[in-house]
Amino acid sequence: MATAGARPLAPGRAAPGAMAAAGSPSVFLVAVNGQIESGQFPGFDDLYCKFCFVYGQDWVPTAGLEEGISQITSKSDVSPSTLVWNFPIDITFKSTNPFGWPQIVVSVYGPDFFGNDVVRGYGAVHVPFTPGRHTRTIAMFVPESTSMLQKFTSWFTGRRPEFTDPRVVAQGEGREVTRVRSQGFVTISFNVMTKDMKKLGYEVSSSDMQNPSLVPEGIHKY
Amino acid sequence: SMHHKAHVQKEPQSSANHLTVVPVKGPVCSVWNDGAPSGKTNLPPLPSTSRTGSAESSVRERMREKLKAARSKAKINLSQEDPSPRPRRLKNIRERKTEARLAKMVRECVGSRCSNDKKLQNDFPSAEEAYNFFTFNFDAEPESIKAGARKRNELNEEEEAEEEHVETHEDEQEEDETLLDILHAFLFNFSLVPASEKMPGNVQPRYLEDEGLYTGERPFVSQSNQNILENRILRQERWFGDDGKILALPNPIKQSSTRPPIFSLEEGIAPELETVYRKAIKVTAANQYLVGPGDFQGPFQLDIDISGLIFTHHPCFSREHVLAAKLAQLYDQYLARKQKNLTKLLTDKLHALRNAVQCSIDGGDTGVPSPVAQQSIPEYKIEIRQTRRLRDAEQEKDRMLLKTIIKVWKQIKSLRDFQKFTNTPIKLYLRKEEVDQRSDEKAYEAEIQAEINELLEECMEEYEKKKEEYKTELQEWKSWKKAQSKKKKKKKDVNEEEESVEDGDLGEERVKPIPPKMANSLEIEQQVREKADNCRRKPGEPALIPELVLSGSITPTELCPRGEVLRREDVKKRSAFIKVLFNSKEVSRTVTRPISSDFRVHFGQIFNLQIFNWPESLKLQIYETTGMSSTTLLAEVFIPVPETTILTGSAPLEEIEFSSNQRVMLDHEGVGSGVSFSFEADGSNKMTLMTSGKVSNSVSWAVGEKGIPLIPPMSQQNTGIPSALKNFDAIASIGTSGLTDMKKLAKWAVEAKLDPNDPNNAALMQLIMVATSGEARVPDFFRLEQLQQEFNLVSDEEFNRSKRFRLLQLRNSEVAEFRNYKQVPLHEREISEKIFQDYEKRLQERDVIDSKNYLDAHRAVVANYLQKVRESVINRFLVAKHHFILSDLVNEEEIPSLGILGLSLFKLAEPKRPLKPRRKERKKVTAQNLSDGDIKLTDSLSVRPFVEVSFQRTVCRTTTAEGPNPNWNEELELPFRAPNGDYSTHSLQSVKDEVFINIFDEVLHDAVEDDRERGSGIHARVERHWLGSVKIPFTTIYFQARIDGTFKVNIPPVLLGYSKEKNLGIERGYDSVRNLSEGSYITLFITIEPQLIPGESVREKFDTQEDEKLLQAAAKYEAECTSKFPSRQCLTTVIDLNGKTVFITRYIKPLNPPQELLDAIPNSSQTAELVARYVALIPFLPDSVSFAGICDLWSTSDQFLYLLAGDEEEHAVLLCNYFLGMGKKAWLIIGNAIPEGPTAYVLTLEQSQYVIWNPSTGCFYGQYDTFCPLQNVYCLISCDNIWFNMQEHDSPVRISFDISKPKLWKSFFSRSLPYPGLRSVQPEELVYQHSDKAAAVELQGRIEKILKDKIMEWRPRHLTRWNRYCTSTLRNFLPLLEQNQGKDIEDDHQAELQKQLGDYRVSGFPIHMPYSEVRPLIEAVHSTGVHTIDVSNVEFALAVYIHAYPQNVLSVWIYVASLVRNR
Repeated sequence: MATAGARPLAPGRAAPGAMAAAGSPSVFLVAVNGQIESGQFPGFDDLYCKFCFVYGQDWVPTAGLEEGISQITSKSDVSPSTLVWNFPIDITFKSTNPFGWPQIVVSVYGPDFFGNDVVRGYGAVHVPFTPGRHTRTIAMFVPESTSMLQKFTSWFTGRRPEFTDPRVVAQGEGREVTRVRSQGFVTISFNVMTKDMKKLGYEVSSSDMQNPSLVPEGIHKY
Repeated sequence: SMHHKAHVQKEPQSSANHLTVVPVKGPVCSVWNDGAPSGKTNLPPLPSTSRTGSAESSVRERMREKLKAARSKAKINLSQEDPSPRPRRLKNIRERKTEARLAKMVRECVGSRCSNDKKLQNDFPSAEEAYNFFTFNFDAEPESIKAGARKRNELNEEEEAEEEHVETHEDEQEEDETLLDILHAFLFNFSLVPASEKMPGNVQPRYLEDEGLYTGERPFVSQSNQNILENRILRQERWFGDDGKILALPNPIKQSSTRPPIFSLEEGIAPELETVYRKAIKVTAANQYLVGPGDFQGPFQLDIDISGLIFTHHPCFSREHVLAAKLAQLYDQYLARKQKNLTKLLTDKLHALRNAVQCSIDGGDTGVPSPVAQQSIPEYKIEIRQTRRLRDAEQEKDRMLLKTIIKVWKQIKSLRDFQKFTNTPIKLYLRKEEVDQRSDEKAYEAEIQAEINELLEECMEEYEKKKEEYKTELQEWKSWKKAQSKKKKKKKDVNEEEESVEDGDLGEERVKPIPPKMANSLEIEQQVREKADNCRRKPGEPALIPELVLSGSITPTELCPRGEVLRREDVKKRSAFIKVLFNSKEVSRTVTRPISSDFRVHFGQIFNLQIFNWPESLKLQIYETTGMSSTTLLAEVFIPVPETTILTGSAPLEEIEFSSNQRVMLDHEGVGSGVSFSFEADGSNKMTLMTSGKVSNSVSWAVGEKGIPLIPPMSQQNTGIPSALKNFDAIASIGTSGLTDMKKLAKWAVEAKLDPNDPNNAALMQLIMVATSGEARVPDFFRLEQLQQEFNLVSDEEFNRSKRFRLLQLRNSEVAEFRNYKQVPLHEREISEKIFQDYEKRLQERDVIDSKNYLDAHRAVVANYLQKVRESVINRFLVAKHHFILSDLVNEEEIPSLGILGLSLFKLAEPKRPLKPRRKERKKVTAQNLSDGDIKLTDSLSVRPFVEVSFQRTVCRTTTAEGPNPNWNEELELPFRAPNGDYSTHSLQSVKDEVFINIFDEVLHDAVEDDRERGSGIHARVERHWLGSVKIPFTTIYFQARIDGTFKVNIPPVLLGYSKEKNLGIERGYDSVRNLSEGSYITLFITIEPQLIPGESVREKFDTQEDEKLLQAAAKYEAECTSKFPSRQCLTTVIDLNGKTVFITRYIKPLNPPQELLDAIPNSSQTAELVARYVALIPFLPDSVSFAGICDLWSTSDQFLYLLAGDEEEHAVLLCNYFLGMGKKAWLIIGNAIPEGPTAYVLTLEQSQYVIWNPSTGCFYGQYDTFCPLQNVYCLISCDNIWFNMQEHDSPVRISFDISKPKLWKSFFSRSLPYPGLRSVQPEELVYQHSDKAAAVELQGRIEKILKDKIMEWRPRHLTRWNRYCTSTLRNFLPLLEQNQGKDIEDDHQAELQKQLGDYRVSGFPIHMPYSEVRPLIEAVHSTGVHTIDVSNVEFALAVYIHAYPQNVLSVWIYVASLVRNR
């Protein structure tokens, strides 16, 4: 359903400025592809995930899908701890301002004991700034019930507390009123290309980082 | 930023000046002053022989001038300097650097100047030489310098210090041999000079410091040097002070260097910025375990010795005990005083001071008192006075104490006699000490004489002072008098006519001063003697020494009366124990010991505490047990943690007092605790004693086996700052924050008795002086982002100039125009100026009233006013929007009740496709996450007419149905677009768009123009005729979420070509209820998809002027009502336009309707209708539109009539007030109606029938009218009460309006809470402006033109012809409609029009509206779709009529018609 909700993109929407004058571009482009590789949710099975991109007002997706929903995947005997989705992401943004750099918001769902679809985790990470291949592991979390009684009833009725909008996890405002519990990890790989960033004066790689893909990557806890 | 700049520029300058003064001054002065004109000099670099006096003096002169200039410059700069402290360290470092550089420059400059001089004159030392001169160490001082030095002493105070050190090298090459010999013989005498030689005559040396005077610290001069000097001086003149030591100034060398030297270790880095690596040190916090994981420091042990407990008061104390305790206490006091013996001390001091004064006055043998002594005499005298006062006070206390002891002892004796038994072994002996009568008397008399003399002197001084004052005053008075008499004379001589005038000036006569009185010595003597009598032992009287012993015998219990026996038994039952708490944890407790008959408890236990935690607190809890059962906590005593020097064995036993606030009353002799009792027979002089006592204990650190004290390391001990030390350390005593507070600092200086004359304190004193005199002030601001400027990437100007930054900033601050601006261009050139045009225009026009849209000056003003209010409210709302609550972010199911759980079980059994499905509640969506195109309005309708729904100029229509009762059952979807794409709550609330539901008749006309074509095809033209409409504002849909019901269709009074079916229903009793069910109705269901949650109103506590009790009663009433009927709204207080809470009944008050309306029709029932119509003509404007986010604001009727806009409640209040004013019985109904939702209606009682009035439309309904839009009735409000509907149903049809029945209607004011007579907020009377007919006519013309232009604009591809004849016919016809209020004229009208426009087929209708602004009129015309006709030969007619009612209420009639010529 989320794929259907994706905004149809007219081909004519591709950056006019970028084409107009190669000499002095008025926008920069960030092309992202990659995949939501796998997740680790001990104790849960048959999970699927949704993703969407959250970006600032100065950003416009020019091609690709903003939202997506994956297949349901089950654990295997080969690696009982990981759930593999390998769900591709492919999107290109144009922007005039690095403020509001796009973030990918991932939310994982799966059936509970009674077979109700409940959320198993929310997480978000910024699209890497530097061109190259990056792998990110996001720690996921879910909102907590406000009381023990609520917890029980939500377990019983199968309606766990959910964020009104998964995009909440990509913004800082208002988070102070929530309580969450961390739950599982999702690994995403990104291949990032940028165009005209440097021309517009945005330097993303430091001088001593010749090969950004070699930078060791740990778990990014958000 | 201005501030900053000023700072930066000034500081280096001023600091540079500092430096020119400080380091340069000393050497320069010394060098050039040292060339004293003595015949010979020993300075090597100074070729003194060739030196000319004039040259030397000129250089000296120059240097002096230079110095002076520098100093004055420094002063000026200091005074100019910014008074604010320099808050920035970074800068300071930079400054220091410049300082250093400047200092160096100055030094060089001075140096070069010197060398220049040298070159010129060739006989002065170079800079280097001068430098060497000062840095070399000379041992002895040649004689020749002395004289110069002495002179300089007088010349230049500042240099004095240096002179002492100026000594020349002994073994100079050029030294004259003979001179040397003499010097050796004469000067270098190292032998110690006896003090007697230094002092004149037989005078003993005095030590000023021992007398408590400030002397300062002497600089270090070796003893031999001192001796040399002393020897030398002795043979010359007086060089010595009174103490026999050489006169010396305090050490000028500061303890700490002002500017620590900084050495750079690394090349290239400024030393100030160099970083030093320090290895990280693990810090153990003070309250942590003593023993860290790695470094065990051994056991630490505290020994707590609790030896016993003594009660100074206990509930079981008998009266005698109380007195005995008092006596014991007094005796203790006596002993303590005796030990201190302050009186003796002070007396001795007094004697010493008197002697000192005597000595100073006598001034030794020379007869010339030394200046120092002279100066100190007044000081001594002041000291004497103070000491005397203190001594007298102490003596008095001593005597009083003795007297009280004796008194208490007498009381005990009499009590023992009275009660005939003894309880305490206490006994007091008074030992008499005989004194030598004669010597005693002599001493006494001498003392008195001395005192009298001093007092006399004091009085004399006073007298002298006053006399002096008197003299000057007298002098002034005399000269004034003279002047006066002169003036008078002059005036009399010169112009006598003006005399009277001038006299006025002289009116004020000065009073001649009175000479002061001389004090009477007899009086003084009498005073002194009286005082001595009071506080001193009389001469010859034996001295009494009290002695307290515990040797008395206690009467055995058998001999005591019953009360006493009981008391003694009670005491025996009681015992006590003590708990020891270390860091608030109980660590041990003593054994329980009985309280002895003398109220002492002996424990004698020592507890050894091995501690692992930092000792933070040590506490003893004293418990008392009575009998077997109860244990009560008497008191808690905190014991200080001992200092590290206190070790077991050496620790003294200390007594710590405790007291308890428990109240005990006993039924025997015991006096109890906290109970008042008296020793007097009449019960006067009551006293109340609390249980109190002392614990004797000692706490000390244990000593280990090898004699090592078991004390935790000192470094971590931060508690034991001796209090004495605090007095000397300003920061410790007032805290660092106090340093900025000058007043605190000044206070501290006074309390610590800081010697203001001590030059060490000079800086501090000056600072305090300046600070308290208010010349320099501490800035009263606090700068938060003091370093902001450093971090600004671009300057403010540049920032303001940039369009991109401006755009980003405006968007960030959520300015309406830019809030949703997407993709701010990256380059400046890509942003056009136009972007800001609208915004700037809006800012400019905020105060400019635009009459174009309003065509009416008054309405423009009002609109402007409303706009401003709206803006401020929206801004408040924007702030509130960023405030989230959990439900904004997290969806959480509410806890289901058992009932719901049960229901959900039933749901399982529900049919999947029920026969009569009900609409389910939908999931709500917060508006914040929506974007364009997501929201649709859905309509489903339940007449060969068709329905067209238009919203935001989007039009949808149903299929055509047949017959007068059509059924469509269709769903129409219309997209919704929020203004500026902003789907936030406040923006949605202020959407003014309306949904128009128009009903048209589809008419087919034969369009075949040529009969020959008939048969080969159907040529028909579809025409649509507007039948009527229903308007629903978007806000109503937004707030109601869904609108479901049957609505009366607004049908024009005249529909050309149609006739109405007469409804001949049952005649009802009251004629005003007639033709009710007439008209057409339409059933609708409207909702928004997805559902939007209306914003929560901003909950704020509003101000109020209502009585607190009334508000409480209101809150209680509301709570009671809503608890029974949660769905029914109970309204007691509302918010007025000023944002204050007002009790609702204050709005209801009989008010006069415009006289014009009352005079219009004689019939009263029709007048009511006319009034209702008048009220309905006032435009409707929902509060949520004007005041988005804030709940309903209620304006008073005069405000409403002024603003000419308001929503249901304003209309209802005005209508209700009019009805009351007309003498009807009327109430305000708070209820729920369709489509508006929660609303206010008016209820009247007409001839025993209840009539419900809709104030917004002016329609009225009978109580049993099924088409009444009012669905639910919640409460009724009159001018003096509120009634809440307590009936089971709330539909008007099913309820009784009889408010006299308390079961049906719960009233607010009742017998228990009578109506307090609340003053109404409404005006006494409404004053109406007469309608301006001329303006109405003008407006009429303008509207007509605008509408015509619009219609032509809407038909861009067709020619729009206007039929003038028809227009004028219609124009004449419209006033008729207004007169009849649109009723009962259709037949005539139609006939007439038919007649006049014979060969035209006319289709058209009049629209009636209240007037607010032009836009709604245009919308209304557009929605009828008259312009859509596209017959080629169509003509149009449009007429506008405006009828002006009082107070500029305008009724607008628009007649639109299309004409097609019949052929």
